[in-house]
Amino acid sequence: MNISEKSDANNWNILFVAWLISIIATLGSLFFSEVMEYPPCTFCWYQRILMYPLVFIFLVGLFPFDRGVLKYAFPFVILGWLVSLYHNLLQMDIIAESTTPCAMGIPCSAKYIDIFGFLTIPMLSFIAFSIILILLILLKRRLAK
Amino acid sequence: MSKQKIILIAVAVLVLIFFLGSYLYKDAQAQKASAIAKKSEEVFIRDYSTIVGKKDAKVTLVEFLDPACGACRAFYPLIKKIMEEHPDQIKHVIRYAPFHQGSTEVVKIIEASKLQDKYFETLELLFRYQNKWTINHKVDIKMVWKILPGIGLDIEKLQNDIKNPKFDKLIEQEIADAKKLGVKKTPGYFVNGKPLQKFGYEQLKELIESQL
Repeated sequence: MNISEKSDANNWNILFVAWLISIIATLGSLFFSEVMEYPPCTFCWYQRILMYPLVFIFLVGLFPFDRGVLKYAFPFVILGWLVSLYHNLLQMDIIAESTTPCAMGIPCSAKYIDIFGFLTIPMLSFIAFSIILILLILLKRRLAK
Repeated sequence: MSKQKIILIAVAVLVLIFFLGSYLYKDAQAQKASAIAKKSEEVFIRDYSTIVGKKDAKVTLVEFLDPACGACRAFYPLIKKIMEEHPDQIKHVIRYAPFHQGSTEVVKIIEASKLQDKYFETLELLFRYQNKWTINHKVDIKMVWKILPGIGLDIEKLQNDIKNPKFDKLIEQEIADAKKLGVKKTPGYFVNGKPLQKFGYEQLKELIESQL
């Protein structure tokens, strides 16, 4: 394997990990809503809307590896990361929940799970979006070389 | 290993974890409910709870309902049907999980109608005209008061009765019990302490018949 082939393989692996995280996040969020029956709040829905398509965008980009995937994925990831950031700030009481009440009386600031005192569902979402964002930026840099 | 294979294996493993996890979770929930059932029966039946059928019936069907919930409305006659099919063997305990906006007020009205011996008339009337007073999952309480006089209730008395703080306490208790038992959607059913795991008429019927 020469250097360029090895680098190509690494690019594929980076995208593969991004895909893996998106599918874990998707199935995880479905587990919370469909199995544990926690109703998703409005912000959770926005994050879902931005996370779920990534599973398919990344998958299509993997076969065969297509650098165009970055262009299509970035809007979803950046928006998702921002919504998630806002949602976390809301839960941490850093910003107050304003005028928008959430559907069916579910406040976005309600915490369903809280592991180790910081791992809430929106935090999991934030971690997922952050890792995907970092991986995509990394991939963009490698491809620009 | 080919790239396609890696993806297929990853999907298979994740989906398997998902279903295994959901099986384990439901199982743990069922065990939790039956542990509560063994410890204290009163989480399922409070002394004020309405019971339909013979008190010493073999099967106890506890239902957490919301008067504003469409599925509860649809299941009400179906439960009657199951009870008719097995006379004297099932008792139906009516509990509340008022999850819809504004439905606690409706629960108070239904409970206060007991004082006029019109409990079932009120509950059934509200179910019959549910689409008139529940719009987009929100209760239109004015519409409820317009519908109620149809069955000869003393409305003035009812309006006074619901102000009694005992109904606030009752609702608090209902919500606390629903939470303790893990009811997150309505209607929530427990048959002899066992939760209905997969929602559906056939599934409920099967669960009841397994206890007969």
